[in-house]
Parts: sequence; C-alpha cells; structure tokens
Amino acid sequence: MPWMIPRILKNLFGGPATIRYPFEKREPFLFENFRGRFEHDSEKCDLCGDCQRLCPSEAIKVDEENRTVTWDPFKCIYCHICVESCFHQALKPVVEYTLPAYVKKQVVWQVPEKK
Amino acid sequence: MAKTVMPFGPQHPVLPEPIHLTLVLEDDIVQEVLPNIGYCHRGIEKGCERNAYWKNPRLVEHVCGICNFMHAQAYCEAVEKALEMEVPPRAKYLRVIWAELNRIRSHLLWLGLLADAFGFESLFMQFWRIREKSVFLIEKTTGNRIIFSTCVVGGVNKDIPNDYLRGEFTKVLKEIKADVEELLPVLLKDPTVKARCVGKGVLSKEDAHKLGAVGPTARGSGLRQDMRLTGHAAYGELDFEPVVEPDGDSYARALVRAKEVLQSIELILEAIGKIPDTEIFIKPDHWPEKEAFSRIEQPRGELIYYVKGNGTRYLERCKIRTPTFANIPPLLAMLPGCEMADVPIITLSIDPCIACTER
Repeated sequence: MPWMIPRILKNLFGGPATIRYPFEKREPFLFENFRGRFEHDSEKCDLCGDCQRLCPSEAIKVDEENRTVTWDPFKCIYCHICVESCFHQALKPVVEYTLPAYVKKQVVWQVPEKK
Repeated sequence: MAKTVMPFGPQHPVLPEPIHLTLVLEDDIVQEVLPNIGYCHRGIEKGCERNAYWKNPRLVEHVCGICNFMHAQAYCEAVEKALEMEVPPRAKYLRVIWAELNRIRSHLLWLGLLADAFGFESLFMQFWRIREKSVFLIEKTTGNRIIFSTCVVGGVNKDIPNDYLRGEFTKVLKEIKADVEELLPVLLKDPTVKARCVGKGVLSKEDAHKLGAVGPTARGSGLRQDMRLTGHAAYGELDFEPVVEPDGDSYARALVRAKEVLQSIELILEAIGKIPDTEIFIKPDHWPEKEAFSRIEQPRGELIYYVKGNGTRYLERCKIRTPTFANIPPLLAMLPGCEMADVPIITLSIDPCIACTER
C-alpha cells in the first residue's frame, strides 16, 4: 500500500488523535451555545408556561397552583427551545452534560411568591 | 443442484441497523432475494399528527440520526410552502451550510464503514478521524455533536458569526479537504479494494431509472439526478454539477460518495463567500391550511415530505418517503448472480438506513 505511507509516517511520529478523556478535557465551547443541562432562576420566572407549550418532548411541567416548575432530564431531548423561548431568561444553560443516574428523578424548582 | 435458503440479518456485523434478507442460494450464487423490513418502526408519521406543527422538526430529526438536519429542513420547507411564506436569505444559506456539513459527516461515516466491511480496519479508523473534525464543526456551530436542532419553521434559530465562518470554520474545512484528498487514493487505487468492489452489484442505467433508484445509487449508474438541481434553499444561487459515474457497480457508488465529500466542501466555501447579512427567522402568522410537497437531496438520495394542514395547529397528515425505501428495489435487482461473500458489500453500497425506511 504505497498510498498510505505518508499517513503511516505522520501517525508514527505525530501525537495521538484521541484525548485521554477523564484526565484531559477539551477547551470550552464557542458562542456559549452548548446544549446541555440548564438551571432555573426562580426570581425571574413568572410561571407563564411558554416552555411547557413549546417543549417537543413534554419534559417541562409548569404548575401555577403550587408554583413549581418540574423538569424531567430523562425525557428532555436537549433542543433548548425552552431556553431560547423564555421571555424572562429564567432558564440558563450550563456547560455541563447531564450525568447518568440509577433512578430517573425529576427536578422540581419552587418559585417564590412575588410581591 | 439443490437450493439453499440462507438468512442474512437482521443481526449482521456489516449492518448497523436491522434488515432481513432471505437469500436463495444455488452453489454459493444468489438466485433470489426477499427483503423483510419492519424491525424498528416507531410511528413517527402518526406522532407528527398529534404534535403541534412547530414541535415536529424536533421529532422528525429523530427519524434518522445520520441525516437529521435534512429531515428537519425538508419538513420545514414543506410547512413553509403550505404557509406560503418566504424564508430570509441568510437562513437559506445557513441551511445549505449545515445540510452540506451533514452530508460530509454522513459520507465520511459511510466510507469508513465500507473500509470496515472488507476488513480494512486502519482505513476505517483514518476516515473516522477525519469525520471527527466535521463533528467538531457541528458541535461548535449548533451545540451538539449529532442532533442539530437548528432548523425551525420560518428560518433557523441559531446564527453563525461571519468572522467565525470566514476564520476557523474555513480553516477546518480546508483541513478536512486535505485529509480526504490524502486518503482517497488508498480507497480508490488499492488492488484489494478494487477486487472486492469493481464489477460487483452492477445496476444498469435503464434498471436504475425503471426501478426508481435515487441519490448516489442512481448517480453511480449514470443517471444525472440530484434534488439540489431543483434549487431549494439557496442551491439555486450556487454553482455546482452533480457527480455522475457511468459504471453502476459498488466501486462507482463509492466513487460518487467520495467525490461528493469534496464537492460539499466546495459548496460550503462558495456559500460562505455569498452569505448575506439579513435576519434569520420570520415568525409564521397563521396555521397551515393547504397541502405541500418538498423534495430535497439527502446523503442517500431524494427525501420527500408531504404535509397537509387543516387550519388548526395540528397537521392532518405528514408523509415521509425516505431514500433507502426507494433504493431497496434496485438492491434486489443487484443481488441475484453475485456470490454469497459479496452480499454484505453490495447491501452496504446503497448506504442502507433502516431507521429512515421504517420511520
């Protein structure tokens, strides 16, 4: 295979193409548009329910009576429509993957009464 | 000579997805093929009728992970036609850029799988090393490695800054191009590769036309058929000529895909040069009432979406015709007459995507 020789020499003397992941981590993402986990700012939320209406996988539930927002990280497809649609910017993306878990637990955010 | 019936699939090392072919063999030569699909049906078309229409791009993206952007694009174009709205020019160009990135990623994945299918493990790893660069570009511009989630009805929901497009984006694309050009001679000139591909699974131009082959399968048989020529999105303003190879064997189809990677890079660079500065999203002002078709070119061929609205926020019907579904009859015409050992490579040469086929 004479055509592969340049590549073989490059691979022999160059570094590895892979990263030793848990020890080395890649540089952070550009434009801060990484779609991963997000957090809820209870001070800004006014329970309008836009996120619930737009969510394609119905992973967010807004309960106006009990003043709670429930998010199911295992139903979520991480499209970030809710983050983009939130008028008050109460949902904030975090540059972090959602970790695996033994129990499929929902995240409940309590929204305090506004004066 | 007695006939032997041999099952091929649904679990087979060469197949990433489940398809079952019943092969009738006579002395190691395939005489007859019966396909059996239906192992991963998920009812996505029905799901599209139960969701509000603006949620569906995220659902149809999950029809197929390898070509997910094209599914969302085809759905959005169909609904935009039904709504009789025009997308801003910058959104059209961004759609072209992402669609072609998707094509590069899909074709590099397939070239790697082809190398893997005839046991050329090191070439497989080299192609996937190049593919990782395209995945990196997708992650930086959209936020995730595989699922784009950027196409919405009315435009796109993310913008790529111009200085990034002309800076690092172009640089990485040129790196991909140099890497592919360095590796292609290995795939295309190597005698062992030629021995497994040349003259295997021949589909003549007449058969390709008669049986309705689409995409690289049709272009590998000499048919000049490419939905990008219809000028959807911004393709009408870009200058390109589809790659056509006349031979019609597995090698010709591999050649078409390999050349299309380089062509897609050229198309993206051309689109970056012409991209206008306008808004990227227009909000639809009513609900779809009419019916509309959209036809776009996926990595595997022509993808058709048909949507019918009824004046509410739910669709009456959403029909998806995927390219692999159209390419199964040509596959059945290719297989008879070949040896049992060539069946995996010929099956792979149409780039089967069973998740697409069954939806």
